[in-house]
This record gives sequence, C-alpha cells and structure tokens, in this order.
Amino acid sequence: MLILECPCCGVLADETELTAGGEAHLKRFGPESSDDEFEGYLFRRENPRGVHFERWRHSHGCGKWFHAARNTVTLEVYGTYSAQTTEPPEAIRQKISGVAPGWKWRLFK
Amino acid sequence: MFDLQSALANARFDGIAQIRELGLQGMITLRGDVAAPVLKKAATAASGTAMPGQRKAVFSDTGGMAWMSPDELLILCPYAEVTDRLEALTDALAGTHALAVNVSDARAVFEVSGPHAREVVAKLCPVDLSPQAFSPGDFRRTRMAQVAAAIWADDDQTLRIICFRSVARYVFGVLSVAAQKGSEVGYFQAG
Ligand SMILES: [Zn+2]
Repeated sequence: MLILECPCCGVLADETELTAGGEAHLKRFGPESSDDEFEGYLFRRENPRGVHFERWRHSHGCGKWFHAARNTVTLEVYGTYSAQTTEPPEAIRQKISGVAPGWKWRLFK
Repeated sequence: MFDLQSALANARFDGIAQIRELGLQGMITLRGDVAAPVLKKAATAASGTAMPGQRKAVFSDTGGMAWMSPDELLILCPYAEVTDRLEALTDALAGTHALAVNVSDARAVFEVSGPHAREVVAKLCPVDLSPQAFSPGDFRRTRMAQVAAAIWADDDQTLRIICFRSVARYVFGVLSVAAQKGSEVGYFQAG
C-alpha cells in the first residue's frame, strides 16, 4: 500500500484516497510545435525501474494536486511537494542522491 | 409549499452502533482566500464560530465551520436559516474574489453512535480513528467505501458523516453492514 503525505492538507493518505495523475513535470507542446515535440508531449513517458516523479491528486480529501518523488522498485517515498513547480525541489533531489547516488530522470539528476 | 425532505427521512439502523440519518442540515460552501481578513470576518459572522484550523471544525449552539481544503470552508447552520445567512455572507463578500453556495440539498448527514461507533466507520475509511488520533474538533475528508465523505467527532462515541445526497442510500447501506450485530472487532477499546 502506497501512503503519501498530501502537502496541501497534511493528511497521510493511502493510495485509495488518491488518484494517480501520471508523470510529473511534462512540458506542454501545443500548436506551432514540431511533430516530434507534440508526439513526445502526448505519448513519450518515462517508465523507470527506480526513481520516479509523479502527479497525484488528493481526490477523496482536500481535492488538490501535488507531486510525489518515489522509487518504483523499493516503493520508498522520497517526498511530496507542491504542484506549482516545474522541477523537483532541491531538498528532495538531495535526499534522493543520498540513497540513490547517480540517479537520473529526464533532465534531472 | 414544497414538502422538504432529507435524503432518507431520518432512517435508522441499530446494530453494534446506532446509525441515524439526521435530516435537513443547512450547509454553505465557501471558497476563497481563507487567510484574507474580509473573508474571515464574513465567514465567522455566518457560522457564529471562530475560524477552524487546518483539518479542524468548530461548533457553536447554532452553527459550525469546517476546514475543507486550503481554500474551502463548510459553514453549518439550521436549515431554516441558510438562505438568510447566505445572503448576509454574499453581501459581506461583495467585491471579494470568493464564492458562497447553498449546498444543503446536495448533501446528507449521518450520525454513528455507541461504544463501537469508531470501528464501524474505521471499517470503511482509510483513516486512523483511534481516540488518540481523531478526537472532537478534528475534521477529515476521506473515502467511505467507494464514495467521498467527511467525518468529525461530536464526542468520544459519536461520529458524524457528510456525504453527497446522491449516495446517501449507499452510505447508509455500507454503514449498516459495518454495524451488523456480532461484527465487533474490539480494536479501539472503549473507555
Ligand atoms: Zn490533501
């Protein structure tokens, strides 16, 4: 059972109280973008064994979106953070580096 | 005149806890910047209480106010007063970026009471409902079986639940099953 702390209301919510919102930190490409960019935005997703960043919504709680950093192999949760950001906060990146040195995810490491 | 009815007309079930549908309850949803003085002033005037802290609810003799999310409050009042209170609230918030809506008829309210009340609700919700973790004053939005619900504790052996009116029959059903005679778990020792 995955348990994430919602950074908006502070509840320790188990996954049945949450809705998965897919991969985090996607950059939107719309009209005027190239076919490759648009295809990447629509279809290309990370599917890592290890460090991963996701969007979640506290759908059966406060209703807010947030981000989560976790490990898909160990199920360790590195932390949750605001939805209003385009990249993982430094504190969470450092925490991940402490347990998974050399991690890399899209543009982040 | 309309014949006003709550969702289940005070349905009740007696098992290891008593389940009651509580009838018509005035409820106003207020969304906006809950830290703004103008909104605080208007909200506390409408509820007749102080502002609730995060995941808390406060009550007075004739009203209450619950923290629903970082930008949402739920004001409780007698059903007959909701129109007047909403009008005063809307007036007080004129020109402020906020929204107040009467949701009384969109919801149903239940009471679960008795020494096993906590475990009846705990069977259905992924929430620590031990008396240490959840006590009067706490307010929790969560999932009850398959639907959304909000819970607070009136006292150590009485929980109240708000759900959408459209799922009131479902909530009454799952609560009744969870409260079937002989289904005590004894996880939270009473007293
Ligand atoms: Zn939340």
